[in-house]
Amino acid sequence: MSTTVISESNNGILHPVTAQLVGAASSLGGPITVICPGGVGSSDAAKISGVTKVISVEGECFETYDCSAWSKSLSPLIEGDLILSSSSAIGRELISSISATKGIPVVQDVTSLKDGFSATRTIYSGKAIEEVSISSPCAISLRPNSFESAEGGGSAEISTVNVSQEVAVAVKRALAKASERLDVSEAEIIISGGRGMGEPANFSHLNEIADVLGAAVGASRAAVDTWEEIPHSMQVGQTGKTVTPNLYIAVGISGAIQHLAGMRSSKFILAINKDPEAPIFGVADYGIVSTWEDALPALKDQLAELLSN
Amino acid sequence: MGVAVLLKQVPDTTAKISISGGKVDESSIAKWAISPYDEYALESAIQLKESGFGDVVAITCGPSRAAKCLTEAAAVGADRLIHILTESTLDSIQVQSLLSASVKETGCDLVMCGKQAADTNSGSTGPGLASTLGFSFVGGVTRVSVNGGLASATRLGPSGLEEVEVGGPCVFTFDKGESELRRPNVRGIMMAKKKPIDSLSPEDLGVNGTNSLVIIKDHSSPPEKQPGQKFIGSESIPEVVEKLREEANVI
Ligand SMILES: Cc1cc2nc3c(=O)[nH]c(=O)nc-3n(C[C@H](O)[C@H](O)[C@H](O)COP(=O)(O)OP(=O)(O)OC[C@H]3O[C@@H](n4cnc5c(N)ncnc54)[C@H](O)[C@@H]3O)c2cc1C
Ligand SMILES: Nc1ncnc2c1ncn2[C@@H]1O[C@H](COP(=O)(O)O)[C@@H](O)[C@H]1O
Repeated sequence: MSTTVISESNNGILHPVTAQLVGAASSLGGPITVICPGGVGSSDAAKISGVTKVISVEGECFETYDCSAWSKSLSPLIEGDLILSSSSAIGRELISSISATKGIPVVQDVTSLKDGFSATRTIYSGKAIEEVSISSPCAISLRPNSFESAEGGGSAEISTVNVSQEVAVAVKRALAKASERLDVSEAEIIISGGRGMGEPANFSHLNEIADVLGAAVGASRAAVDTWEEIPHSMQVGQTGKTVTPNLYIAVGISGAIQHLAGMRSSKFILAINKDPEAPIFGVADYGIVSTWEDALPALKDQLAELLSN
Repeated sequence: MGVAVLLKQVPDTTAKISISGGKVDESSIAKWAISPYDEYALESAIQLKESGFGDVVAITCGPSRAAKCLTEAAAVGADRLIHILTESTLDSIQVQSLLSASVKETGCDLVMCGKQAADTNSGSTGPGLASTLGFSFVGGVTRVSVNGGLASATRLGPSGLEEVEVGGPCVFTFDKGESELRRPNVRGIMMAKKKPIDSLSPEDLGVNGTNSLVIIKDHSSPPEKQPGQKFIGSESIPEVVEKLREEANVI
């Protein structure tokens, strides 16, 4: 049994999900190779305990993102019974492309994994849970925050490989910078706003609470569709992202079935809505019947006070 | 030249998913629909055709009920309809082999599909298919236009929203697109009913459609939520915050 982990990076540094991938691989046993596209974070990857070796793959093709070029550069260096990546957008694309090149099956967004391989994932955007058995060798992407991180303190050997791969996808210009905020698909706490927020400027109240909690800010589809300022990347639900944070706070969201599909498996749900009959209260662990105008300032003050001491 | 659009039939997003005997009970699903992101892929393909690019070929792989999404595609302007008929559950390699064989047969050099299907929520097919076909790949796009031999697309990349350019054969996976989806008119619906569907079996395409390497062991419903606690008015906030820490242990 041996595993290759495709490391995840963000803004030029190793993303913490990489240690979770190593943690999942360690529980299965056998040597673990971490492969770092573009060499990003290779020295940090070497410090994750349990890693046998790190391959830092460098080359011009990593300056922008072209899935095919990256996949062609990485595939020949990947071996073993299991390939793991994060189920981030890029993680999914890369592992799909690599697995197709190798002719092995891929299973995405797995939340629990046992040897053999038996894996659990949600389907229909969280409306059902599926358990599959996958023949080896195979490729699996793991959902962030579903696996224990491996500790630090390792000192794996790093080898550097230089590749020159042609790039087919040219980036012409940037239209909007990526949000500095945490993405809902990797946050442990999410606070989401719906049409009940009245106007997009009022999302500033959600941002302030998110800053206090270290949370990501999400939105319902009605909010995304109504207001240009709220990007689709924030949308939670059947046609947005499926999330499983420890705490999901829904504010001014009615709780339509398509929204519930994407967030009902959250470990804990707090809903704030002025309508006592809103369906969101049907899935909420705690429901506060109040307008957000009354509730959010008080919530922010209480949280700030609690978390400051 | 031409655009192949891959359409998967999935339960309508309002459908309740019920489980019976450890399996999703498909017979209880009243309404099936084209997977939402695939609709944006279809819209974009039809716009390309209107701008002078070649025909739109709609392809679906699935059981006989899936033919309906081809007819729906024809009603808004798809020119050719291909149904890869299979009742089995397929792994990613099988889906990609079947779709790639049929794309090759059409001679299309652009392929458009959804970023993620609403049933599997995987996102494996587009990038995998691109590798299988040896095409370039651009994922998560909201807009594609073609000028001369060059396609230009807007995608959400690692550093934000960006415009990219790619030449030659390419697979695009769609996010929610920038365009409104068109609805069929009566004439379109009538014409679509008469449009022939090319029905192919996995064997016709030279692909082994059985022996999936991924076997579904069990389906289950997400755990039912216990009825929660309700609090009235913002006066309750101090109590709720304290409970979030002491009882729920989430902050
Ligand atoms: C194919 C399809 C896919 C879809 N996919 C998604 C998806 O991915 N995600 C998604 O979210 N939806 C999705 N939807 C849409 C979904 O059906 C609902 O329309 C949407 O979730 C409603 O958003 P909302 O709750 O913000 O708005 P509304 O339903 O308008 O609810 C607003 C809520 O705010 C409350 N409110 C109003 N004012 C205040 C106030 N001052 N303080 C507190 N509360 C207040 C109201 O009581 C109400 O409950 C989809 C629909 C379809 C057909
Ligand atoms: N059986 C299928 N028939 C047609 N298109 C498919 C099929 N499976 C996947 N696709 C396409 O690939 C996209 C991604 O699917 P998936 O990889 O299952 O998330 C879908 O949105 C469709 O556009």
